[in-house]
Amino acid sequence: MFLAQNLLEALESLTSNKLRSGLTMLGIVIGVAAVIAMLSVGQGASASITGAINEIGTNLIFVIPGGQEDVTVTRPLTMGDARAIADPLQAPSVLLVAPMIQSRVDVTVGGQSHSTQLQAVTADYQQVRNVTLSDGEFINDDQVLGRASVVVLGSDVADNLFGTTVGLVGETVRLQGQPFRIIGVEESKGGSGFASQDDHVTIPLTTAQARFTAQRGGAPDRLDMILAQSVTTEAVPQAVTEIEEILRLRHRVQVGKDDFTTFKQQDILQTAAQITGVLTIFLGGIAAISLLVGGIGIMNIMLVSVTERTREIGLRKALGARRRDILIQFLTESATLSLAGGIIGILLGWFMAWAVGQIATATGNDFTPVVGVDSILLATIFSAAVGLFFGIYPASRAASLQPVEALRYE
Amino acid sequence: MSDCVICLENVTKTYRMGEIEVNALAGVSMRIRRGEAVAIMGPSGSGKSTLMNILGCLDRPTSGRYELDGETVETLNDDALAAIRNRKVGFVFQSFNLLGRATALANVELPLRYAGMRKGRRERATLTLESVGLGDRIRHRPTELSGGQQQRVAIARALVNEPAMVLADEPTGNLDSRSGAEILQLLMQLNRERGTTLIVVTHDSSVAAKTQRVIRLRDGLIEAEYVPGSEPA
Repeated sequence: MFLAQNLLEALESLTSNKLRSGLTMLGIVIGVAAVIAMLSVGQGASASITGAINEIGTNLIFVIPGGQEDVTVTRPLTMGDARAIADPLQAPSVLLVAPMIQSRVDVTVGGQSHSTQLQAVTADYQQVRNVTLSDGEFINDDQVLGRASVVVLGSDVADNLFGTTVGLVGETVRLQGQPFRIIGVEESKGGSGFASQDDHVTIPLTTAQARFTAQRGGAPDRLDMILAQSVTTEAVPQAVTEIEEILRLRHRVQVGKDDFTTFKQQDILQTAAQITGVLTIFLGGIAAISLLVGGIGIMNIMLVSVTERTREIGLRKALGARRRDILIQFLTESATLSLAGGIIGILLGWFMAWAVGQIATATGNDFTPVVGVDSILLATIFSAAVGLFFGIYPASRAASLQPVEALRYE
Repeated sequence: MSDCVICLENVTKTYRMGEIEVNALAGVSMRIRRGEAVAIMGPSGSGKSTLMNILGCLDRPTSGRYELDGETVETLNDDALAAIRNRKVGFVFQSFNLLGRATALANVELPLRYAGMRKGRRERATLTLESVGLGDRIRHRPTELSGGQQQRVAIARALVNEPAMVLADEPTGNLDSRSGAEILQLLMQLNRERGTTLIVVTHDSSVAAKTQRVIRLRDGLIEAEYVPGSEPA
């Protein structure tokens, strides 16, 4: 018996009862469509998240004040710490350092007000965070030295206050009532709502220390975060070690009693990958269950089919069909049924993924579901395997029928 | 014994139905020569069907010896029996037993496929269909054929592997008298011209009358053997 002939016969037999075959296939169709859609949405989400994180830079290290829960005495991060980390003799693996103060601020212009995030930084921040401007220039060293009242607007802030992101350089906005001259507008980095990376304003660090921190009554030297860029991506762990050693020495703390926390861009990437991985496994599990249910449906129908065709099986045996011939015949039928369901399911899942992508785009999220070759292969192999597995029992029942009894069956 | 296609020696078949044992065949011995046309007759319950199943290698005897075309059958396993049926036995059934979805050609090709034949199946099946007078119907499905034509397809299917014998179980039972007569004539003609050994199981004495020898069964034993026309009382 030969494959092509078997396949042809299986198709003939399946198409002779289209409604039944179609309904049986439906279980597999839904299962495979779910697998494809889930995997592609999962992969798209993870690609979108890693893309957003990668944009920030992979050789970035964050240092924030505060350590483990049992550390009670916390020294703040200071400009002195930042300068020590920036010293190439103490930390050769660190390329650039960007100290930063953050707070909330109300930006007003012509009676319009917008509450946003204030970032006070030095000139190096532009390179560390990969800031690109759509208009104007970023803060330079002179403006930091001179405590200049200049501001760079995030694109969301510019949009909100002026309705545009161009032609704003030279205009004045008020931060907490104090006038600042706009010197640049950032290019949009994407994200929306809470995830927006464009809803902030940036001013020189020294200006913030003089105008805002002193007013709040805090130590003028105090920093909210130090960003460091390592010389290469490979040097990130070495740079972290160097930074930790410098800070422990300066803060006089022992290993394990750190009053500061460092984390790497790579940690965030890893966490994101873990979350999306768990999500994908979870959704894949649900899809696998629906495939299982579909497979049981196939087994059920194949058992009915074997009973209905007992006489045909008897005849085939009388004409010389061996056990194996009958087994292959019914396995081909169930695998064909399942595989056809799988292929339809792949197309349906593809469509579902595409629809999700369209909805995401329409609601302003930059998110593209990815239907990978691997998930198509997986779905194809899996659906054929389901057909074979759930076909084994009915087929072996058919194959072990005794010809005399099968021929007598009415 | 080389001129014997079938050689049965003291064959018995016992069925167990719950507590009761039924002796369907109580010890049958017979020989059928190559090229012979034999009718097996007997009332229902005489063991006719059981004997046919054993002759056709669909079932094994409980005891006794059965040699078909020089091969000892009673010790073979299921797959070996399937191979014997495929090569040495051609079945013609009362209810035709054609595959309804397949064309006449595909039905006749089926035994060739199970024989593992790869090339020339179509040609051989076509030739066989022509030899039973259906050369112009090879693409038709059973539902598009008359009863007589369907039985001709079945005969072509039985002959296509050139078996040692053709085993026909009431071949005219589902046909009107005219096409029944034609089918019988075809079977006898094949027996004469090709020398195919023919065994017809029937309770129709007019069918039996066309054969060379009649074996009559009763209660699982051979009751009588005679040449048609010289029927014992």
